[in-house]
Amino acid sequence: MTVALCATAIVVLALLWEVSMPWLDRKLDERRHRRERPDGTHGYDPGRERRAEQRARELLRSCVNDEEWGMYSDLGFLRVWGGRASGPEAGQDFGGAPYAYLIYPHKPIVAYLPQTRRLLNEYCVEFPDETRPYGSARLPDSDDVLAKWMALNADETRLISAANMHLPGRQVDPRQVTRDLWRLSQWERERLVREQRRAAAPGGPGGSVPAP
Amino acid sequence: MKFLRMRPGYGEQLIAEGDVTIPSEHEILVEEFRRQLDGGMWAAVPTTTHTGRREAQMVQTFDQIPQDSGRVIFFPRAAGGAR
Repeated sequence: MTVALCATAIVVLALLWEVSMPWLDRKLDERRHRRERPDGTHGYDPGRERRAEQRARELLRSCVNDEEWGMYSDLGFLRVWGGRASGPEAGQDFGGAPYAYLIYPHKPIVAYLPQTRRLLNEYCVEFPDETRPYGSARLPDSDDVLAKWMALNADETRLISAANMHLPGRQVDPRQVTRDLWRLSQWERERLVREQRRAAAPGGPGGSVPAP
Repeated sequence: MKFLRMRPGYGEQLIAEGDVTIPSEHEILVEEFRRQLDGGMWAAVPTTTHTGRREAQMVQTFDQIPQDSGRVIFFPRAAGGAR
């Protein structure tokens, strides 16, 4: 009886060993690769990426105004008004109606008409850093947004001509953009109410000051 | 004046700093500016208008940097994304 149990245990152990060997090998390989990469680059480090994003957010905050910063931190995207008389693309004519862009991190820039919320185009643009300091050419999210914001602000034509233009819906879901435009309008309304309340409050910028 | 460069996995990195009124530091800044642009970077200067509006100005030569700007931000040149 004892011999039979021992034999069974040995067989079970041998089978377990066989099954777990590939898994163990894979884990050891992964660990070895993490420690020494043949190309001398570093592996993905979530802590480093978080610190990079934190620095990028600080830089973005120092460049845009309070409204834009609030928009980005609350909604996750920025709106930039277009500055060309004919619209984002040559040959288009919107009768002088203002147009704007939505800037998302690492997604195409979406052009739209704020009055009708009609989506115009997607402009797919990247800022790849080919020096790849940590093995990736991708800037932190907030740096990508800031790069787009600066380029659109300073030289809209140059950025738009560098981008690949597509019809809406190619990469960014139009339903998502429509939702975001609704969120933006709600956000602006709430912000306006907050500012009006602050201005009306005693001691506020536009409020009455109690007599001494 | 500070030169900052956006870098993947890092955020912005201070790559040069100097006083443009001191000739030796001015020279170093000009050299670094050229090096960054030759390396494929775009350079932008964040500005504030007299109405308080925040804007940015792209600069292609060192002389185009506004006298009163404290920093220049370098970032990789734009390229068309996914086709």
